[in-house]
Amino acid sequence: MNLLKSREAILGLAILVLLAVIATRFPAFVRPDNLARVFTDTSPLMLLALGQMVVILTKCIDLSVAANLALCGMIAALMDGAGVPLVVILPMVIALGAVLGAVNGVLVWLLGIPSIVVTLGTMTIYRGTIFLLTDGAWINAHQMSDAFKAFPRAVILGLPVMAWIAVAVIAGFVLLLSRTALGRAFYAVGGNPHAAVYTGISVGRTQFAAFVIAGALAGLTGYLWVARYAVAYVDIAGGFELDVVAACVIGGIAIAGGAGSVAGCVMGALFLGIIKNALPVVGISPFWQMAISGSAILIAIAFNARTNRAPGRIILKQAEHRA
Amino acid sequence: MTDMTETHADHPTGRAVPDRLQTPLARALKSWEALLLVVAVAIFILNSLASPYFLDPWNLSDATFNFTEKAMIAFAMALLIISGEIDLSVGAIIALASTAMGLAMQAGAGTPVLVLVGLATGLACGAFNGLLVARFGLPSIVVTIGTMSLFRGISYIVLGDSAFTGYPSGFAWFGQGYVFWVITVELVIFAIAALIFGILLHRTDFGRITYAIGNNDTAARFSGIRVERIKFILFLLTGLMSGIAAICLTSRLGSTRPSIAAGFELEVVTIVVLGGVSILGGSGSIPGVVIAAVVMGLVTFGLGLLNVPGIVMSIIMGLLLIGVIALPRLWAMARRR
Repeated sequence: MNLLKSREAILGLAILVLLAVIATRFPAFVRPDNLARVFTDTSPLMLLALGQMVVILTKCIDLSVAANLALCGMIAALMDGAGVPLVVILPMVIALGAVLGAVNGVLVWLLGIPSIVVTLGTMTIYRGTIFLLTDGAWINAHQMSDAFKAFPRAVILGLPVMAWIAVAVIAGFVLLLSRTALGRAFYAVGGNPHAAVYTGISVGRTQFAAFVIAGALAGLTGYLWVARYAVAYVDIAGGFELDVVAACVIGGIAIAGGAGSVAGCVMGALFLGIIKNALPVVGISPFWQMAISGSAILIAIAFNARTNRAPGRIILKQAEHRA
Repeated sequence: MTDMTETHADHPTGRAVPDRLQTPLARALKSWEALLLVVAVAIFILNSLASPYFLDPWNLSDATFNFTEKAMIAFAMALLIISGEIDLSVGAIIALASTAMGLAMQAGAGTPVLVLVGLATGLACGAFNGLLVARFGLPSIVVTIGTMSLFRGISYIVLGDSAFTGYPSGFAWFGQGYVFWVITVELVIFAIAALIFGILLHRTDFGRITYAIGNNDTAARFSGIRVERIKFILFLLTGLMSGIAAICLTSRLGSTRPSIAAGFELEVVTIVVLGGVSILGGSGSIPGVVIAAVVMGLVTFGLGLLNVPGIVMSIIMGLLLIGVIALPRLWAMARRR
């Protein structure tokens, strides 16, 4: 528990130091309204990172989330163009995302194909499907209805809906992972698959559930992304899966499965989000971002490897502590 | 990222043990490589029926560019995957090596220096990956996702949205030259690489050790194998082959952009897996990878002749990747019922 706490404390500290360094030169960056803007801007990354986290907890990885997001976003835009009301579009894209996630999950669960191969394949298939649907055409702002575009930006109690959705999902994940059997099963499957089988948990089915959750979140984020940026085309969120994995790794989610927390995952995403938003302010070319997030991944895994020698034991201690 | 509980399920337990070994010929005919060869011939025949331009020797020669550069990396990647590791940064290594060659070219370097710069960058990137994985014991999949961002990120920092052009004319030989008639320089490099890696994997101690590590690296360690050193060398080889591929690709395109070779890692892994190498490590062969590379090249070329857009080809590649792994498993499941 101490280890776990200290890892998140260190990450929190790193974020504060980062903000302080930026603030010394650009005090406006740390004003509450700007921080809220950064949080909103990072919402898609947080949503996908939480989905990726449960997948990684079960010893899998989902490289298709960004392609899933792009496909669901495009279908949301197409449905909007066909006059479908937003109240129908939202559940539809979430369901579609869940189905796309379930495709990954079935291949991993029933056929036992390693998740990296499955999702490398579905990544190209999902993105290619967008091209088949649209012939490569763009859907631009003027082709979208006002209600479609306005929803994620609508401000409630000072924060846009998009940020509130992120807050709600974060809260939901805290409950899911600490208070439900499924949530504990994610840790059990990743911590020790054989032991999980003996306690009556189906490893494959748990992995399937993780992929469905990650897919549903990607579907939801697909709509939010397309509506917020008011454009949909084949390449939206291209390469975003790497940022998502990076956020998880920086957040201390053990890539070998079984260890990691919602707080760490959210802070990992915020860390990348702050860097991305601060680069233009500080006057560094946005072309630096890729190398910076690459370095952040490497530093984070090197760091995790030091503090994360026995993930199984950490969970047991945590359970002991709670009981 | 391997999934321990599911992998045991692939070995059908209920099957009767044969009381005699099959003859070598029968085994060869039933092998994955033989199946691939049939697929390759079928695609070849289909293509020549579908388009009258397919059988032209010069067209076929051009078609080899669809796989030569990727296959060079795939040989090294095959050994790496057999040993239980993976390198997703190969496309980014090409970008960085190409950028380094561009910088050297701007500094006035001639062709020999450019080649050395390309090889050295590839080796350096491979050494960096190898160091992180073998020396510090970090998982290769995340390490190489990280270095993939880092290497390509450096190219973006150097180039931004501009490009290097104006490589010396002698440099064009690697990607555009012919050894004789329609046989390209790249095809010859591909063939030599296939031979060297085939011998390395199938006829040397090093190859046997690679299989041993992939099957059980703990047992390999207890047998006195220096697992870390072998893995480091394999990452070095993958980096070197990526450097050679970078030389060929840069020479063929005649320019360097930071987005060069984007998505190569997917296609290289697809060739390796299509070639019958188990993604979980421990099995696979170089002849399989060679035939898989040719199959990929023929499919891409044939679809290109039929005016199928690139992104649709990538869907087919994705389906192929999942299909070739899923079908034998579905078959095994059906037989167990």
